[in-house]
Amino acid sequence: MKTRVLIIEPSEVIVEGLSSLLGEQTRFKVLSPLYSLDGLGERLVTGKPDVIILNPTLASQPSQLLADTAIPVVALVYQYVEPLVLKRYDAVVDIRDNRGTIVETLVRVTQSFHSLEQSQAGSYELSRRETDVLVQVARGLTNKEIADTLNVSVHTVISHRKNIMHKTGIKSVAGLTVYAILNNLIDESALI
Amino acid sequence: MAIYLNDPTMKMGELITAHAELMMILQRMGITLGFGDRSVAEVCQRHGVDPGFFLLISNVYSFAQYEPTREQILSTDMTCLVPYLRNSHHYYVERQLPHIEHHLRHIAEHLPDRVGTVLRRFFEVYRTEVLDHFGHEDNTVFRHIEALQNGQCDSTYNMSKFVDNHGNLEDKLGDLVQIIFKYLPESVTSDDTVDMVYDILQLSLDLNRHSLVEEKVMVPYVLHLERSVS
Repeated sequence: MKTRVLIIEPSEVIVEGLSSLLGEQTRFKVLSPLYSLDGLGERLVTGKPDVIILNPTLASQPSQLLADTAIPVVALVYQYVEPLVLKRYDAVVDIRDNRGTIVETLVRVTQSFHSLEQSQAGSYELSRRETDVLVQVARGLTNKEIADTLNVSVHTVISHRKNIMHKTGIKSVAGLTVYAILNNLIDESALI
Repeated sequence: MAIYLNDPTMKMGELITAHAELMMILQRMGITLGFGDRSVAEVCQRHGVDPGFFLLISNVYSFAQYEPTREQILSTDMTCLVPYLRNSHHYYVERQLPHIEHHLRHIAEHLPDRVGTVLRRFFEVYRTEVLDHFGHEDNTVFRHIEALQNGQCDSTYNMSKFVDNHGNLEDKLGDLVQIIFKYLPESVTSDDTVDMVYDILQLSLDLNRHSLVEEKVMVPYVLHLERSVS
């Protein structure tokens, strides 16, 4: 199934360039773009995007745009944007990135959200992303540090942690560390 | 309302038969077994425990949903409260934790070294937490209450600090149970594992009820004392 990409970007030049770059990839279906946030609500319903690429100068709080739909939002950067604002996005692509990096970022962010949804559907196996988060938790990192390390938003980290707790039944960091070691996810020498 | 225990004339033997879990609180109040046909009130009086206090704690301990009223708390003789809570701490630290540790050590012998070490360390850290938690209550909170009971107002500590900081000690025990149920290698399930889980569940329940006594009885009582002494 193709990943449906919605681009929201005021510059036609950028939209055209990015659309054609992503259009070359058979894994993406580029939806007809928006040049501002007008009409976004309707487009979410009709286009059912799997990922949104958004110019962060249009929205400093991307999560507010989406209400309660779980769609990853990737910031598209070609000018200076407050790091604080970028942190609220699920990933960042820079217009100067090569196409491989851009594609990789989009694939990674949609997969991690996809596995999040799957995990909510009742599978008790930890997804790859949840395992990544678990390992960082077991190493004693804070949510913010984990978000930085894995290049996702703090919000995403918290969702992963909730799923991990739900699936394993283990609530404390110390308990999760034991779980990680029992399952050979980390080496005890990695601990302080 | 009728399901709660509020009749001091009932036979202690019948009460404990119906609510065996109350054996734990008898011991902590210094009440020994062998009551014969004596009533709750008679047994309590023989051991210097106020029957109203005994029934209040019994209700909190046996019925998680029980909510004592303010009037009930203020009209109860609380002389035994601090000794009861101290004895409970002593029991957890000196009896229950060593039991669990004993089983854990046996289990660890059958585990690969690294796994055994990790489990023992988890328990060690937990035990330290429990000791800190109880140590703080013994040395700060209970002393504060004893001072108030003697009519002294100690301004450095008050109950609102307790309410803000009272953490729960059951989560990690729950984690240990989950790890044993779900993630221990199948080769190590033994009598020790079952015994340990049983002990942990018992301790978890006990700690839970202990914190209910602190929150539903101790806190309102001490808040009232603080107001009346200052």
